[in-house]
Amino acid sequence: MTVPTDLDNRFRDAADREGLVDVAYDLSDSPVGELLVAATGRGLCRIAYRPDAALDELAVDFGARVLRVPRRVERIRRELDEYFEGNRREFDLELDLTAVAGFNRQALDELARVPYGQLTTYGALAAKLGRPTAARAVGGAMNRNPIPIVLPCHRVVGAGGSLVGYAGGLERKETLLRLEGALL
Amino acid sequence: MMEAMAIPPFERFYAEHRDEVYGLLVRRLGRQRAEDAFQETFLRALRAYPALRNADHLRAWVLTIARNVGIDAFRRERPEVELEVPVELPSRPAYAELEHLTDELPPTERAAVVLRYAYDLPYAAIGAALGSSEDAARQAASAGVRRLRRRETR
Repeated sequence: MTVPTDLDNRFRDAADREGLVDVAYDLSDSPVGELLVAATGRGLCRIAYRPDAALDELAVDFGARVLRVPRRVERIRRELDEYFEGNRREFDLELDLTAVAGFNRQALDELARVPYGQLTTYGALAAKLGRPTAARAVGGAMNRNPIPIVLPCHRVVGAGGSLVGYAGGLERKETLLRLEGALL
Repeated sequence: MMEAMAIPPFERFYAEHRDEVYGLLVRRLGRQRAEDAFQETFLRALRAYPALRNADHLRAWVLTIARNVGIDAFRRERPEVELEVPVELPSRPAYAELEHLTDELPPTERAAVVLRYAYDLPYAAIGAALGSSEDAARQAASAGVRRLRRRETR
């Protein structure tokens, strides 16, 4: 017997109100495909191009009580929509990066400073981190970036200007850079 | 031995079992009262979820929670009636014997014994299923075992 939609929604809201949800998420359509958008009590913790796999990763990183609670990520979705419409250049969101440690965390903090519509290289980021030979390690940190788009790893390219790689696929990287006017 | 499955993200557990739980509650309580019981069932499951150690018997667990929530709802409405609702557990061949051995126990003790010794659930999760605490679940299981022993030696 199928659960009525309003009952289903009431349960999700009650679970959230009682503080029983480790990670709240929702799915969101975008020009780069369906996105999973997830937040803990601290803030945005995940944007994922592969929602199903992301659910399991979230359970490991933040606790198994992962539940779809749309209203908890409404504001994040709105800012993403504005970004994709070309009406937002910076995100005004709290982030939860507690699952990322060490060098990867430093690399993401540095990445957050790369402005809208501008490109940088893996080597340049490595140099800013005081480890000029660590371009490959920076690439690894970008590859495991839990919050793509908001933390703009799509703005990081190879030394020769080639796009090199993107965890979500090069096509998405290109779409994001065109949207920002960084590619013609 | 098979490796224990990891605890799934709650959303997946919920999506897999919500329709069955809802159906069970509607049959027992009617559509209107089933709604509150449905919410209470999954809130109890959510509270106890971090205590689970493996994902082997989640269906048996959540159905037991639903049955007990159903019994509680029934008692609230008709407190004067002494209820003899049998706590049925989903049958699995391997546990059929234990279920048979325990069928004369009071419902709560029976549920605690079966969830503990047949399904190997931790007491915190059993407490959630019974609507009581971890300690109360431990006491119910041990009371049930004592009762079974007395019957054995009778």
